[in-house]
Amino acid sequence: MNAPTELFNQHLIDPQICIRCNTCEATCPVGAITHDSRNYVVIADKCNSCMACVPPCPTGSIDNWHMRPKNAAYTVQEQLSWDDLPAELSQSDLIALGVDADSVAQPTIQVSNSFVDASVGQSGAFNSQLYGATIPPWSAAHPYVNLYGPKSPTTAKVVGNVRVNEAGTANETHHIVLDFGEMPFPVLEGQSIGIVPPGQDEMGRAHHARQYSIASPRNGERAGYNNLSITVKRVVENHDGKPVKGVASNYLCDLKTGESVQVIGPFGSSFLMPNHPKSNIIMICTGTGSAPMRAMTEWRRRLRQSGKFEAGKLILFFGARTQKELPYFGPLQKLPKDFIDINFAFSREQGQVKRYVQDLMRERSADLVSFLKDANTYLYVCGLKSMEEGVLLALRDVAIQAGMNWEKLSQSLKQEGRLHLETY
Amino acid sequence: MSGINYSGKIPNNVNLSEDRTLQRALEQWQPNFINWWDDMGPEGSTDMNVYLRTAVSVDPQGWAQFGHVKMRDYRWGVFLNPGEEDRKIHFGDHIGEKAWQEVPGEHRANLRRIIVTQGDTEPASVEQQRHLGLTAPSMYDLRNLFQINVEEGRHLWAMVYLLHKYFGKDGREEADALLQRNSGDQDNPRILQAFNEKTPDWLSFFMFTYFTDRDGKFQLCALAESAFDPLARTTKFMLTEEAHHMFVGESGVSRTIQRTVNVMNELKTDDVGKLRAAGVIDLPTIQRYINFHFSVTIDLFGADQSSNAATFYSSGLKGRYEEGKRVDDHILKGNSYKILSVEQGKLVEKEVPMLNALNEVLRDDYITDSKGGIDRWNRVIEKAGIPFRLKVPHKAFHRNIGSLSGAKVSPEGEVVSDEHWTSKMGEWLPTDEDRAYVASLMGRVVEPGKFANWIAPPVMGINRQPVDFDYVRFN
Repeated sequence: MNAPTELFNQHLIDPQICIRCNTCEATCPVGAITHDSRNYVVIADKCNSCMACVPPCPTGSIDNWHMRPKNAAYTVQEQLSWDDLPAELSQSDLIALGVDADSVAQPTIQVSNSFVDASVGQSGAFNSQLYGATIPPWSAAHPYVNLYGPKSPTTAKVVGNVRVNEAGTANETHHIVLDFGEMPFPVLEGQSIGIVPPGQDEMGRAHHARQYSIASPRNGERAGYNNLSITVKRVVENHDGKPVKGVASNYLCDLKTGESVQVIGPFGSSFLMPNHPKSNIIMICTGTGSAPMRAMTEWRRRLRQSGKFEAGKLILFFGARTQKELPYFGPLQKLPKDFIDINFAFSREQGQVKRYVQDLMRERSADLVSFLKDANTYLYVCGLKSMEEGVLLALRDVAIQAGMNWEKLSQSLKQEGRLHLETY
Repeated sequence: MSGINYSGKIPNNVNLSEDRTLQRALEQWQPNFINWWDDMGPEGSTDMNVYLRTAVSVDPQGWAQFGHVKMRDYRWGVFLNPGEEDRKIHFGDHIGEKAWQEVPGEHRANLRRIIVTQGDTEPASVEQQRHLGLTAPSMYDLRNLFQINVEEGRHLWAMVYLLHKYFGKDGREEADALLQRNSGDQDNPRILQAFNEKTPDWLSFFMFTYFTDRDGKFQLCALAESAFDPLARTTKFMLTEEAHHMFVGESGVSRTIQRTVNVMNELKTDDVGKLRAAGVIDLPTIQRYINFHFSVTIDLFGADQSSNAATFYSSGLKGRYEEGKRVDDHILKGNSYKILSVEQGKLVEKEVPMLNALNEVLRDDYITDSKGGIDRWNRVIEKAGIPFRLKVPHKAFHRNIGSLSGAKVSPEGEVVSDEHWTSKMGEWLPTDEDRAYVASLMGRVVEPGKFANWIAPPVMGINRQPVDFDYVRFN
C-alpha cells in the first residue's frame, strides 16, 4: 500500500546562483527544463533525474534536490517567480503536510516511481557525487550511446510481455522483451533506453520519452538475438492512492506481442560492469532497480556456463516490500551459492520486523570487508535516491569497524570507477 | 614529434588517428602551440597543478572530468557535437538543401575568414589575461582564470582543426598565423581591436568575461546555425564551455558588489572616499566599468548596416541567434529592421532591409541577454537595502562603429554637445584615477579559503568541492 502522501526528491535550480546560460535546457534529453525571462526551472513531472544536466552546469546551481510530498511539488509557475530557493521542509513540516511519519524517518525502499531511471548520473541530494564514480571500471566494454535521439527514434517490436510478480500484489511488474530486427542497437549491462509513448498529453504535446534500465545482457535477452528486456512497474494510482494511469507504464504493460514501440538511446557510459577475471560485483538494489543487476548477473552466468571466464564473486542485496513483490528472483534463487550470494530485505512483510538493505549489509559486514579489501571489487547501487545515504553510511561503518581508512577507500572507489550509484 | 599518440594525447571524437594528412598537419602545429602557451600563456604557472575540468568526450558525463593537472599537459581535445542525420540548411538562399559536409568553393574565402576571425579571439584573450594570475584575489579565482585560459586554448584547437581539415594549405598557413599574431603587438596585432586592449585588473577581467565572452557566445550561437555542418557542430560544443566563462564574469562582479554593499552597511555610508579607504570598489566605479565594457563590446558586432552580414546570412554561413526557434521565413528578403542614427542632434530610428541589419539584430539580442545579469546584480544591492541601481548604458553611448560611431550620446540616451560630453566623461567612463584605485587593490591572495578584501567569497565551490579546497597546488 502506498503511504497517505508520498515523498519525492524534487529537482530545483537555485535562481540566485544560476546565470541563465541555457546549457541545462540544451542538454536535457527529455525537455524537462524551461525558462522565461527571469528563471530557468525544472518541470517536476518530466524530469527523470537522469543527471545529464548536472556536469555541464557551470555554476552548480542545477544540483538542488528538495524532499517534497508528491502532491505539493513546486509548480513551474511558482519556480519562475523565485529569486531564491525556498527553505527545505523539515521532518515536522513534512509530517504536517500529511506525509507518513515512518516514511519521513526512513524513506528507504518504497518503490513508488513508475519508471526506472537508469541514466548515468550519480549525483544528487545526498552529496553522493563525493562517492559515486563518473567513469567506468577499467575493464568495462566500450558502450555506444545516443545512437537514436528524440528526433530520430528507432522502432522495436514487442516479442514478449509477461507479468513477473504474483498477481494481486500492489506493484504489478512486467518483463518486456523488445526486438530491434535489422536495426543496430548495441547495449551493455547497466545502460538504459528511452521509450516514447505514442500520442499526446492533455496539452496536445507529444509525450516525452521515459527511461528504463536494460535487464538483459549484451548478447540479448535470448543469447545471439538482437533483443533486450526491460522491467516496468504499472502505475495505477498516485501518491494519494487515487487512481491515475501512468502514461508510459500502462502503455508498455498493455503492449501485445507483435506491436511496435519507438525507442531512443542507448544511454549510460559509466554504470558498466567490469570484465576482467576475478572481478567481484556487489549489487545493492530496490524494486525495479534490480534490472541492471539481473543483466550483469545473467551475463556472468552465461560466461560461467561457457567455461571460458574465471569469474569473481557476486553478492546481491535486494530490498522490496514483500516476498511476493520480488520480480525475477524466482529463477535467480536457483543459482548456485558459489556463483551468487543473494540477500533479501523485506520492509512490509506481515508479522516481521521491517528490514532494509543497509540492515542486511551490516549483518554481512564480515564478508563485505573481505570484498572491500580486494581492489577487484566493484559496487553498484540502483533504486530509489533515498537509499543512497543509508547504503553509503552502512558501507562506511563496515569499513571503519574493520579498521579501514574510509576516506581513502571511498576516494579510490570513486576514482577507479568502482562505486556506481544510480538512483531516481 | 612522430612519437605522439594523437588519439591518446588529444581526446577527440573525429577519428584523428585515421586521417593521416590531418594528423601530420597537427603534428607540425602542436609543438608550436605548446611553445606559444609557454611564451604567451599564464605567467609563472608552469609548475602549478590546477584543479581543472577536462572534456574527454561530448556526452554529459564525458566532458566534465575534474582533476589536478599541469596546464601545459592539459589534454586539448577536438570535439564536435554529434551529427544530425540528414541535417538541412534552415535559413538563407539554400534553405531546405542538405547541410554541407565540405566547404563549397564559392564560400571558401568567406568561411575561412569567419573561422580565422573567431579563432583569433581565443588565443588573444589568453594573452590579454596572462598576468592576472599574479594578482588573483583567491585560489578559487585563480583556478577559474586558468580554466578559462585552457578552454580558450581548446577553442583555438577547435578552429585550427577546421582550418587544417577543410582548408588545405591556406588553412595551415592561417593556423600558423593564429600563433604569430599577438594581443597588443604593434607590428602583428590580433584582428579585432577589443582583443588588443589590456585586461589590467580583476574587475576588468570579470567585466570582460561577462560582456565580451558573451559576445563570443552570440557569435558562436550564430555559427552553430551554419550550413557548414562541421562548423555548426564544433561551435555547439564550444558553447557549453563558454557558459563557464560567463559564470566567472557574472559571479565575479556579483561578489565584488556583495562585498561593497556589505561594507556600505557596516560603515553606514555611500561616500566614495570612505568606501575606498575601506578598500572596496564603490558602486559608481562599477557602473563606469559596466559603461566601458558594454559599449566596447557591442561594437564587436560590427556596423549596423553590413552587406557582408547579408551575404553571410543569405549564403547560409552564419544564422541569427536561435535561428531555429524563430518563426519568420528564414530568408528575410522582404523584412525590415529599425536601426538608430543621429540626425540633426537627435537619435532617430530608421527602417532598413533586415538582411543588411543582421549585425544589429544580433547586437540587440545580445543587449537583452546582458541586461538579465545586471538585474541580478541589482538584486544583491536591493537585498542589502541600498537604493542604488546599476544600469545598462544606452545602445548609442560611446560607440565607435557604424552609424553611431563617434556620436556624443549620454548613457541615458540623450544626444549631448561636445563640451557636455567632455565634462561628463569622468562620470561616465572609468577615469585614470578609478583604474589606478582598482589596480591598487590587486594583491595576490592564494591561501585556500582566503579572499582579497574587495571581493566576497563565492556561494559554493567548484564541482561540489568546498570553497577552501586547494584548487591550485603550487610546486
